[in-house]
Amino acid sequence: MGLVESGKLPKPLTSLLNTSRKYSLWIFQWGLACCAIEMGAALGSPRYDVMRLGVIPLPASPRQADLMCVSGTVTDKMVPAIRRLYDQMPDPKYVISMGSCANCGGPYWDSYSVTKGVDQVIPVDVYVPGCPPRPEALLEGIVLLQERIGKEDMAERWRGDPIVVT
Amino acid sequence: MTAITDRQKLAYANAQAADGRVNLEFETDEGMTLNMGPQHPATHGTLRIILKLDGEQVISCEPVMGYMHRGYEKLTEVRTYPQVTTLINRIDWLGSFANEVPFILASETLMGIEAPPRAQWIRTLLFEMSRIANISLFVGDMALHIGAMTAAFYAFRDREFVLNQIESATGGRFHPNFDRIGGLKDDLPKGWITDTKAAMETIRDFCDEMETLVEGNEIFQARTRGIGVIPADIALQFGLSGANLRASGVDWDLRRDNPVGLAWNEVDWNVVTHPDGDSFARFWVRLQEIRESTRIVDQLCDGLPPGPIMAKVPRIIKVPEGEAWVATENPLGEMGYYVISKGDLGPFRVKIRTASFNNVSIVPWVCRGVYVPDVVTILASLYFILGDIDR
Amino acid sequence: MSSPEVDEAAAPAVDEARQTIIEEFSAELGDAVVGSHVRPGDDVWIRVTRQSWREAGFVLRDKAGCRAFEFLSVIDWLPSPFGKNEDSPTDGPPNVSTEIKTGYAGGDTRFQVFARAHSLTRKLGVTLKVDLDEDDLSLTTWLPVYAGVNWHEREAHEMFGVTFEGHPHLVKLYLPGDFEGYPLRKTFPLLARHVKPWPGLVDVEPMPEEAAPEGEAPADADADADADADANAEPST
Repeated sequence: MGLVESGKLPKPLTSLLNTSRKYSLWIFQWGLACCAIEMGAALGSPRYDVMRLGVIPLPASPRQADLMCVSGTVTDKMVPAIRRLYDQMPDPKYVISMGSCANCGGPYWDSYSVTKGVDQVIPVDVYVPGCPPRPEALLEGIVLLQERIGKEDMAERWRGDPIVVT
Repeated sequence: MTAITDRQKLAYANAQAADGRVNLEFETDEGMTLNMGPQHPATHGTLRIILKLDGEQVISCEPVMGYMHRGYEKLTEVRTYPQVTTLINRIDWLGSFANEVPFILASETLMGIEAPPRAQWIRTLLFEMSRIANISLFVGDMALHIGAMTAAFYAFRDREFVLNQIESATGGRFHPNFDRIGGLKDDLPKGWITDTKAAMETIRDFCDEMETLVEGNEIFQARTRGIGVIPADIALQFGLSGANLRASGVDWDLRRDNPVGLAWNEVDWNVVTHPDGDSFARFWVRLQEIRESTRIVDQLCDGLPPGPIMAKVPRIIKVPEGEAWVATENPLGEMGYYVISKGDLGPFRVKIRTASFNNVSIVPWVCRGVYVPDVVTILASLYFILGDIDR
Repeated sequence: MSSPEVDEAAAPAVDEARQTIIEEFSAELGDAVVGSHVRPGDDVWIRVTRQSWREAGFVLRDKAGCRAFEFLSVIDWLPSPFGKNEDSPTDGPPNVSTEIKTGYAGGDTRFQVFARAHSLTRKLGVTLKVDLDEDDLSLTTWLPVYAGVNWHEREAHEMFGVTFEGHPHLVKLYLPGDFEGYPLRKTFPLLARHVKPWPGLVDVEPMPEEAAPEGEAPADADADADADADANAEPST
């Protein structure tokens, strides 16, 4: 698509592509610890149903997903696996860091085996605080991410520039 | 509750034949290595299992752990007693009120304090509700691993009612951090008892639903009966506990045999066992345990004594020197804390004995000669939480 | 300390069942039992010599009937030289005594292995302790006694550096392969607490007019979560 690379993508096309992308996010279930249960409640429970936002919680393979939600404590032993699976996801991909362990190490900030935040390994788009965050908080994080996607410039992403949120 | 059937004998004979073939294979070929995990939809979290296969059968199975190792025992050495309480309810993160209780009881033993009766009853109440929340997820999850997705949704839905009640009492859906040395943080809110009894009705309907949907299902039975049989003496050697032990026919429940001051011997309930020791037995025992828990909760709600909820404790907690061990019947099995104190603000050393550590150590033994899908069934039926294994 | 309906008079001053256990051990092992302690109504501790560790395991399992294995681990009795790292970074290192004081059933060395098993029929449990030599942290394995001790010994090995002779596969259990050091020893520091001072030190930032005059930086502790008043604060570590 020469239009995307050269940056001359017309506005209506951009917003159409952004809208279609933000309402069909496929979430890769990266549940590590307690937050995984809240993520499971948000994704699989009929009460906090996430499918109404267009997010499908189905893919178990990273190659079919475009949103990764790291929920739970990230240990040093797990980091190579996270990096590898993140690299296996096709572009454009987004990362939500859920819970304080994934944000910054959380209650285990002084442990010898915990990575102080998953953003040391992969770039994170949205941080959802809480220990564990309620499923509604995760839904709000997803909605925030959707708003960000809606304002995205595809040319910037294609070129690999860092995304700055206005 | 059937005794061992012909199918069981057939499975045993197959396992022996597989063993014979496997011994031959060792001399010729080591088998294909299959790596399950650490990110895998069928392991309950970040567990990695390295399987050596001969075709579809497992020659050897080695779990690799540590992907959720957070260093609890080191962290407790640099925290004060109230801070440790905050930390430890994230070990078994599904039924988390139950994690705080043995540690608080061990500290109270060393301090020589006893919580007032109302506090003990409410502790037991919340303990049992954590058990219901934990095991109902297991029931849905095991069905999910066998292939029945609907049961998982029902489990999540009906669990929400119990979590609502825990939240309205303690403020947190799980990780309540409600237990304090000497009692509890707060009393129960108004109208809580009525709502809890309504929630127990919902849970009983859930159990009935699971029995018809899942337990009576032919496919479920074919996939779980005779799979992963653990005899009772092997179970004791490995230190299995909880429903895994009771499903092998051992009649041991710490709630009855070592009530440690909580209110289990004030109410009338049964210990459920099953003689078979296979995956179906473990599922069945847990489902019945949910029913027994709802009975316990109902009786506790009816008989809650009035009174204070906190004993007289000093503002800054310093536990006198000594060692104490308290173990309770947590939802996953037997969880115990060995607290060594030197009279400081925080413990000197805490050894956390978790149920899932011992439960999963039996996996290499039990998975010899089974098929690959059966490995998933066995893991689901042993029911561990990674935080409990890795601490 | 047991259920509330047992009044104090009924809690025995001499715990018959647990005293019997100690006597059984002494009868079987003789001099190898070097210490014991009973908390009546609650628990019993027995300390044995290093050479008799495996035999003590068999006595525990067979004679005392404790067939249900609980755990095996190590205690490091040295007080931590780092204190709790809750001191301000401008104070010197904490003054912690290096005296080793052991707990119940005594002990002479810094490291002790302790294990516990319980009996279903007698409804009680026993904690066994054994001293380890200072310069040779090794012990015979308990694998023939309880099959489940396999992983416990592996964990004790990687956390404390204790070798279990006869264990077929003494490799790391929890930690990544290239981890250096033995984390649960008291001499192993928690580096995050050294690098960053404990954020709970200062829980109230002083008001600007209360802070020292002439643009001196307020409060030495950094990165308190509410400290976003520092518009030109350096980025936190």
